[in-house]
Amino acid sequence: MWDLCTNALDTAKLRGASYGDVRAMHLRQRDLTTKNGQVGTLAQSESIGIGVRVLANGAWGFASTDRLTREGVAACAAQAVSIAKASALAKRSNVVLAPEKSYVDSWQSPFRKDPFEIPLETQLALLLAADGEMRKVKGVTLTETSMQFRKIDSWLASSIGSQIHQRKVISGCGIGATSFQGGEIQKRSYPNSFGGQHALEGYELVDSLELLKHAPVIADEAAALHAAAQCPEKFGTVILAGNQLGLQIHESIGHPIELDRVLGQEANFAGTSFLTLDQFNKLKYASRIVNVVADARLDHGRGLGTFAYDDEGVPAQCTAIIKDGKFCGYLSSRETAHLIGLERSSGTMRTESWNRLPIIRMTNVSLLPGTWDYGDLIADTSDAILMDTNRSWSIDDRRYQFQFSTEIGWEIRGGKIVRMLKNPSYSGITTEFWNSCDAICKFDHWTLWGTPNCGKGQPMQTMGTGHGAAPARFRNVRIGTAFSKQ
Amino acid sequence: MGGKKTERAELRSPRELRGIIETVLRLAKSAGAPETEVHVDEVADALTRFANNGIHQNVFEHGVTVSIRTATGGRTARATTNRLDEDSLRAAIEASLSLAHSEPPDPRLLPMPGKQRYRAVRRFIRGTAALTPEDRARAVRLACDLAARKRQMAAGIFSSGQSQTAVGNSRGLFATYCETHSQFSVTMQEDPAASWAKADSADVREIYPQKLAERASRKAHLAVKTQELAPGRYTVTLEPAAVLDLVGFMFYDFAATAVQDKRSCLNNRMGKQLFGKNINIGDDVYHPLQKGAPFDGEGMPRQKVLLVDRGVPKNLVYSRASAKMARRKPTGHGFALPNEYGEAPMNLVLSGGDSSVEKMVASTNRGLLVTRLWYIREVDPYEKVMTGMTRDGLFLVENGRVTGAVRNLRFNQSLIEMLGKVELMSPSIRATGEESFEMVVPAMKVRDFHFSEVTKF
Repeated sequence: MWDLCTNALDTAKLRGASYGDVRAMHLRQRDLTTKNGQVGTLAQSESIGIGVRVLANGAWGFASTDRLTREGVAACAAQAVSIAKASALAKRSNVVLAPEKSYVDSWQSPFRKDPFEIPLETQLALLLAADGEMRKVKGVTLTETSMQFRKIDSWLASSIGSQIHQRKVISGCGIGATSFQGGEIQKRSYPNSFGGQHALEGYELVDSLELLKHAPVIADEAAALHAAAQCPEKFGTVILAGNQLGLQIHESIGHPIELDRVLGQEANFAGTSFLTLDQFNKLKYASRIVNVVADARLDHGRGLGTFAYDDEGVPAQCTAIIKDGKFCGYLSSRETAHLIGLERSSGTMRTESWNRLPIIRMTNVSLLPGTWDYGDLIADTSDAILMDTNRSWSIDDRRYQFQFSTEIGWEIRGGKIVRMLKNPSYSGITTEFWNSCDAICKFDHWTLWGTPNCGKGQPMQTMGTGHGAAPARFRNVRIGTAFSKQ
Repeated sequence: MGGKKTERAELRSPRELRGIIETVLRLAKSAGAPETEVHVDEVADALTRFANNGIHQNVFEHGVTVSIRTATGGRTARATTNRLDEDSLRAAIEASLSLAHSEPPDPRLLPMPGKQRYRAVRRFIRGTAALTPEDRARAVRLACDLAARKRQMAAGIFSSGQSQTAVGNSRGLFATYCETHSQFSVTMQEDPAASWAKADSADVREIYPQKLAERASRKAHLAVKTQELAPGRYTVTLEPAAVLDLVGFMFYDFAATAVQDKRSCLNNRMGKQLFGKNINIGDDVYHPLQKGAPFDGEGMPRQKVLLVDRGVPKNLVYSRASAKMARRKPTGHGFALPNEYGEAPMNLVLSGGDSSVEKMVASTNRGLLVTRLWYIREVDPYEKVMTGMTRDGLFLVENGRVTGAVRNLRFNQSLIEMLGKVELMSPSIRATGEESFEMVVPAMKVRDFHFSEVTKF
């Protein structure tokens, strides 16, 4: 593979490129699903190809091909250069890259059990057993389970001399029970909605989730939600479960700190950001107990945003985003870092596949653990709603105003969980919400959640991101608007 | 347009596609697969992206995938590869067989369909396929120059490409389809406001980048000074992109499998007066403004289906499996097997009226003109309550004219209720947004549209 990469770089240089990087990738994926006791999807795929990104005449060009011959990659590289020269016809200024060292390295994400080596019969048997446990519950009208495994090899070579091979193994798994009754659809998922939990792990992730133990619990809850009281409409205290808080971080911190958004490069599609450059190192983003990092290092955990190098060859880093409540960091690339006076990229350029351009993406954007024991937090709360497992999520294109609803809510009175609530929702303005945080649970309750479906870019790219979170409490939050009858 | 051949990728000929399929069928037979289905998809797409009045990304991709489904004894599975050598195809066949052998048999699995007849559709435009990066750069340059003259910033895309798909199986079915596509989308930013315009067509000659840029520019300028409006219920004029992105969220509700699974908003509502009598919705891949293959994931020919007749949900779409379960005929809307979702109408056409956005505004005493909606998500799947934000130009209408811009609002609105309160519709056009795939829909004037909160801009 290195020969092909070098061949592409040589061709690009010969055609006039001042910089080039080449990513060859081999992606393998297995998808298993069941529905109502039957196998649904049963599929395996592989894709291999090469993408060439170049700077010529001060502008970018990118081309990709699945023709993995010397002639094929040379033609692809030549095409990338000619596209770059066309870009220069309408460039605003020459692209300048922040300096970076070259690296020659090979890295593999750690895992204990290769999911592609686990017999399919074993995987399907577990899903069908969990499906069966849920179908035993009266009132459940639809049961679904899924597993997804990916193995991604990437070879990055750049004209500054880097040659980096990385292999990542990713696993995901989840179950869901839906109940239709009396003109109402209710659903419960475990351990999270939208396919469950996903991480840079092997099959040990599936083992750790104990699907069979949780299947009857969520099935019971799905059926019981119909008779539960409606979540009230009011201002009050909210405690967010870790899986919901992970998505809250993703939408209201992770996206607005993307420097390409801030600089207007995503204005047409993904949107811009309220975190304009004048807010850098000034804005009181959150209360003093809130500390957020973007950490792609393995030390942070085996998340969907964990790697050794990003897709333009910058080593994984930990960047402080919010320190003691104050906004202090963006996600940047080699192109954007120097535009705001940073000496170096924060290493967040990532690509979905060989046929896509690397763009700034979240790594693991995590809320660091606080000091509270979960039991103590509940006992300390006189009147609140605990909201668990996302059901819908929406935020404006500058990431100010959001609304989330969750699958289930629990009313807390006098320090105790007293009853189930259906259709919980909350909404607010990002900075007001984060400044209202007055308690975060400690590391014992902290999970590095995986969001496997983050869409961004044109052409659209789907990327996995990680979000560490423990349950946290927020005061004076607007509750119940989504289901308002007004 | 169409000059240098710097980017043109020649797609394989129909004969070559058939050759790939025949190779797979031959190898699969040798491997002992009783039944085999093969999909071949090829794409050559280019996209020029601009922001801050200059091109900042410019990409091209060319690739082909071969997807193989084998079926044996009530078991079926799929394996996909983009390697076309015989060893790789053989490995994919073996992977499919191995996957299939691992599952319990499903007695409901149908044998693959035999040879079918298809209605021809022509959606391959040579001028679109021949568009070069220089052509796109020149059009982008004009939009950026306009923005600079107006002291605005332009951002957007100009994309073009060609794709083809073929499906064949061991019972003699073979179908092939090719099309071209092009899109121009532009956001004009005039601090603190922005507005947007977009068009999509198989024929790039039907896309007018400069006009779209001028439209977005005018609206951005109009939106610079905003006032805050209290949330509540308003009469709204929804431009076609806003209608598309909302109504598009209903497409899967018309799947027979969704109704059988009791996750459709049409559960227990078929045949009832659910929407206003002025609402007619069909699925029609042959409509002149539609795109897409005239066959489904199993190679069954797509039928034109009347889904909603004068506000009454009348029909669903069916794959072969869901049709058998419901004792109906398949409509040619199935997804490639195996899957758990069944089918969906992918070519919705919502019939329009004879009004216009201008007439809707002129007939409104007090209301809002909505350019575009954003981040739409389902809040309540049965009442079909959707939430989302307005974006890129929300204008106050008073006494029949636009009097200013207002800050963006969040809505929580039932689509069922909304389609019961449509007062006026324009003729339907091929609309394009960012939340749903392209469909043919009108602009709409709707009363009592529910906005729940306001944002900061």
